[in-house]
Amino acid sequence: MTTEHYVVLSAILFSIGVFGVLIRRNAIVVFMSVELMLNAANLAFVAFARQHGNLTGQTIAFFVMVVAAAEVVVGLAILVTIYRTRRSASVDEPNLLKY
Amino acid sequence: MQSFSWLTSIILVPLVGAVVLMLLPAAKTELAKRLALFFSAVPLLMVIAMALQFDADSTAEFQFVESYSWIPTFGISYQVGVDGISLILIALSVILVPLVILAAWNDADDAIGSVKGYFALFLVLETFMIGVFAATDVFLFYVFFEAMLIPVYFLIGRYGGPGRQYAAVKFLIYSLVGGLLMLVALIGLYVASANELGEGTFDFTTLTNLNMDPGTQKLLFLGFFIAFAIKAPLFPFHTWLPDAASASTPGTAVLLVGVLDKVGTFGMLKLCLPIFPAASAFYAPVIIALSVIGIVYGALLAVGQTDLKRLIAYTSISHFGFIGLGIFAMTTQAQSGSTLYMLTHGFSTGALFLIVGFLMTRRGSSLVKDYGGVYRVAPVLAGLFLIAGLSSLALPGMASFISEFLVLVGSFEKYTVAAVIATTGIVFAALYILLMYQRTMTGPVIDSCKKLPDIRGREAVAVIPMLVLLVAIGFYPKPVLDVINPAVDRVMVQVGATDPPPTVQPASESNAEGSEATGEGGAGQ
Amino acid sequence: MNLTNSLTSFLGSATIEASNVDPTVNLPVAASGVFSFMWLLLALPVLGSALLLLLGKRADKWGPIFAVLMVCGAFVVGLFLYFAMLAESANDRPVNLHMWDWILVGNFEAPIGMQLDQLSMVFVLLITGVGGLIHIYSLGYMKDDPDKRKFFGYLNLFIAAMLLLVTADSYLLLYVGWEGVGLASYLLVGFWQYKPAAAVAAKKAFVMNRVGDVGLSIAIMLMFVTFGSVTFTGVFDAAPGASESTMTWIGFALLLAACGKSAQLPLQAWLLDAMEGPTPVSALIHAATMVTAGVYLIVRSGPIFDAAPAARDAVMVVGAATLIFGAIIGAAKDGIKDVLAGSTMSQVGYMILAAGLGPVGYVFAIFHLLTHGMFKANLFLGAGSIMHSMHDQLNMRRFGALRKVMFFTFLTFSSGWLAIMGVPPFSAFYSKDKIIEASFSVNFWGGLAALVGAGITSFYMTRLWTMTFTGKARWTEDNQHPHESPKVMLFPMAVLGLASLAAGFLLAGAIETWLAPVTGFEEGHLPISSLAMESISLTFVLVGGAIAYLQYRRGVPITPPQHVSALTVAARDELYGDAFNEAVFMRPGQWLTRSLVFVDSKAIDGIVNGTSAAVGGLSGRLRRIQTGFARSYALSMLAGAVLLIVALILVRM
Repeated sequence: MTTEHYVVLSAILFSIGVFGVLIRRNAIVVFMSVELMLNAANLAFVAFARQHGNLTGQTIAFFVMVVAAAEVVVGLAILVTIYRTRRSASVDEPNLLKY
Repeated sequence: MQSFSWLTSIILVPLVGAVVLMLLPAAKTELAKRLALFFSAVPLLMVIAMALQFDADSTAEFQFVESYSWIPTFGISYQVGVDGISLILIALSVILVPLVILAAWNDADDAIGSVKGYFALFLVLETFMIGVFAATDVFLFYVFFEAMLIPVYFLIGRYGGPGRQYAAVKFLIYSLVGGLLMLVALIGLYVASANELGEGTFDFTTLTNLNMDPGTQKLLFLGFFIAFAIKAPLFPFHTWLPDAASASTPGTAVLLVGVLDKVGTFGMLKLCLPIFPAASAFYAPVIIALSVIGIVYGALLAVGQTDLKRLIAYTSISHFGFIGLGIFAMTTQAQSGSTLYMLTHGFSTGALFLIVGFLMTRRGSSLVKDYGGVYRVAPVLAGLFLIAGLSSLALPGMASFISEFLVLVGSFEKYTVAAVIATTGIVFAALYILLMYQRTMTGPVIDSCKKLPDIRGREAVAVIPMLVLLVAIGFYPKPVLDVINPAVDRVMVQVGATDPPPTVQPASESNAEGSEATGEGGAGQ
Repeated sequence: MNLTNSLTSFLGSATIEASNVDPTVNLPVAASGVFSFMWLLLALPVLGSALLLLLGKRADKWGPIFAVLMVCGAFVVGLFLYFAMLAESANDRPVNLHMWDWILVGNFEAPIGMQLDQLSMVFVLLITGVGGLIHIYSLGYMKDDPDKRKFFGYLNLFIAAMLLLVTADSYLLLYVGWEGVGLASYLLVGFWQYKPAAAVAAKKAFVMNRVGDVGLSIAIMLMFVTFGSVTFTGVFDAAPGASESTMTWIGFALLLAACGKSAQLPLQAWLLDAMEGPTPVSALIHAATMVTAGVYLIVRSGPIFDAAPAARDAVMVVGAATLIFGAIIGAAKDGIKDVLAGSTMSQVGYMILAAGLGPVGYVFAIFHLLTHGMFKANLFLGAGSIMHSMHDQLNMRRFGALRKVMFFTFLTFSSGWLAIMGVPPFSAFYSKDKIIEASFSVNFWGGLAALVGAGITSFYMTRLWTMTFTGKARWTEDNQHPHESPKVMLFPMAVLGLASLAAGFLLAGAIETWLAPVTGFEEGHLPISSLAMESISLTFVLVGGAIAYLQYRRGVPITPPQHVSALTVAARDELYGDAFNEAVFMRPGQWLTRSLVFVDSKAIDGIVNGTSAAVGGLSGRLRRIQTGFARSYALSMLAGAVLLIVALILVRM
């Protein structure tokens, strides 16, 4: 398997993530799609790191994981709060922050 | 060079004062006022001491020079120094601030902002005003130029009268538009200097020696000029001034119109002309036309105003027309006249604004129709008002006459028609001042003015020095002119202009001249 | 301190032989001896006005007396200077006292200096002499006024400014005095500011004077541009070299200035309103001195007008027109001061006419100015005396038979009356007749105007005299008790009454020799003998006087008759001078001002506020993009990212 394969896979995963974010209304699914995009990026990082033979990409992948974890913590907390007040997990419902 | 950093100290003292004021507890208003007066009096004394050491005949362009590297990457340095023109304007600033503080003693007592804040803002403004006149690095000039907006914005917006929010925002946006144009031109100037010298600089003296091509000059000139024309303000960029002046407290209005606006005309004279001589010559006819329109237009509008503060603001627009005319007429007389005009206008308009302020504290209104027959109840106040007004209409014997006449006679040498039209301004000046005086001060005393108290000691101390200076300079302007003239001569050299000689030689000298001319001709052959 | 020094030079100079210097270029010498004290002329009244006005109430007690002393002191100084000058030979008389450098910018030089020559000397004596008398008179006239101190302060200020005007050695310094007297006039006309009419009149006088001042400003600028100098010596020295067109422009500008200050057509309208001021002010400023400043200016600028025939003709036309104009107004007015004001306008018209004749007329202009200063001051003081005793009653239809109750006033007034008509041997007989003769020698129409004017003068003055002093009393005893004025007022009237009688007789002939070195003098040539001319003008005077006497001796109705000729109606309305100004300047001006206020707030500020409104509206539209749907934001982010990547790829390729 060459680096190219990994990169193509990463691109496919990323696109799936993008479409997930754009199409799905359920916040949990959107979240998962975001995670998918992040991990697609991770995959590309790791693949290139291996190709170039240095550790920078791997290091960044770890950073991304940490950030993703933090994001999930905050994001899920917000989601739970929204669900409690609105009884729904749709991302289109809370649209008061406009104009 | 010299042992003591005069200019930096003068710039810093009011700033220190402002910090001290802000550290005071809010309740100690009386102490804050006294400290403010003290911290504004110190720079006055220091400027007097500095002026005594100032050598008017010095060959150096700037004196009391201090230079410290600031951002070496871009050739920016903290560099200050004074020549005759800036010395006069610094003197104007440091004289006006303590007088304004004295006159505005109780202005902020009922304001939404704190009393100490009001006076601290005055001191901060003083720092920036002195800085802008003292800067000999164009970037430093720009920094002070823009920084001045901040205290004035708060002075108008927090301490002003009705309509202050609108006026403050209008002032700010107007000034920012000009400031941004100037910033663009400033960067352009840096690039132009970098192209020519290999290394960019903001040093004023170096910039005056550049040989920019006329096309670049014209563009960069416009950037600077529009900023200054808004600040000054020249017709048609003037509409912010009446709003700002009428919405602000009288003290703020004095500093706004008396000093702050002078930065515009100062910039035209000290930056636009020396750095962009070709462009200045190119645009001079247009600017002179605008100035002359401004003179008549401002005067006519002043006649039609019903609010005293707006009226005085419009008279200032007329006066700034005179200053603009003088600067761009490019003769020694006109430019010296303009420089002196900046000083005398500061005093006469300052006195007018302060006296209107005294009236307002008594009567609570600045409308002409709310006054009548004040002379009967407050003769001294009315008398001082009349003297200030006479100075504003340039009565001979007042310093403002000398400045106005020099501007006119200097402009007449090169732009006869413009000068003649501008001269008609003196009729309108008589009309707006005397009409205002007649409507407010003379006639039967109207009911609401029956109990108007006359001027108090503190108020008199604030106003009388200005009037005394106006009369004194009116009869003995030599000390002031001696300071101004060499600086103006230098500007004339930098811009490459000369005075036209008289068309007719005196009979007793014409023979000598003639023989001299033939003698030279003979030597040439 | 320097007395011995000055005395020796005073005596020594008397022995100097007259040198043959061309009168047109006799340059003033630096002042020495007595002349080095001539700054006292200015310093005394300046000191007086400064002390009186600055000390405030503290000077209330002694102020008026002090002011009188200052002016009398100036008069004494003037006398000393006069005798010192008399001792010099004719061409050495002009002296110059340089006091300090005033304005020095580039090649623009204006010193503060005094120049005293024969012409200025005449004015100095007139101003301080008549001024001193009127100061004394005012002690009585203004006795009960609460603001008496201020009045005297302003009067002293006026004297100082007027002296500066006539002793300045440059046009620019003359301008300072010129506007200084304007200021004093403003303050004094508006002295009773609580009367709106007085305040309005004061402002009107100042503003109309300023129109004239534009002329003076332009003249000075033209002089500087042309000659590079604004001093009298500098300008006159170079004057022969200038082109006629330049000189004509300067001449017209100076004429405009003279019209403003001397209330000549078309700037005459302020003078009648200026009568709102206290009567001593009218006597001093609006009759004897300030209004004649225009004459001084034109005579002083003789070398300029000599080189500008067109401008000189214009001066003559203005003078001739105004002398008729003022006389007609004087003939129809019922207020005693209004008649005298019209008369002043007319008499100053005579002087301007004479000044427009050139060297033929200059000395007579000044001669008439002198005699007029005395008899008109006399007449005004007489009018003031009447008003003083009749509760400020001005309407002559309410007078009558005052001869009996105010016999002394009647005497002095009659002296003035005969003087102004030019009845020999009273003063104007010498001065006015000379003007008529000189006019005829230059221009027939000018002479005719002067001659007809003399007839009308005689008519309106006799009308005034008859209505006031003869016939039946038309005042009522219940509220007006005419009585003779106090002695302090009668004394100046007596002096001026005598002067009205004798001045012409004493000065005739001498004045020509005295002034000729400064102004130049040529004898005018008439086709008929001088005696014939005198008889013709005397006939006009007698006819005019007789008509008035016959018409008015039986008294007049208390209300002015309504069915009168169109000319009378017009003259009562000051020949529509005000109506003209109102229609041509005031109303269009007010309209212009109002519309400009509108334009400024709607158009110019409208553009500014319109721009800000447009920006506001645009952002209002733009913010609609913020829908609040998180997924649409995500979509726009994606679009942005794709765009960026595409752009990068394109650039790479």
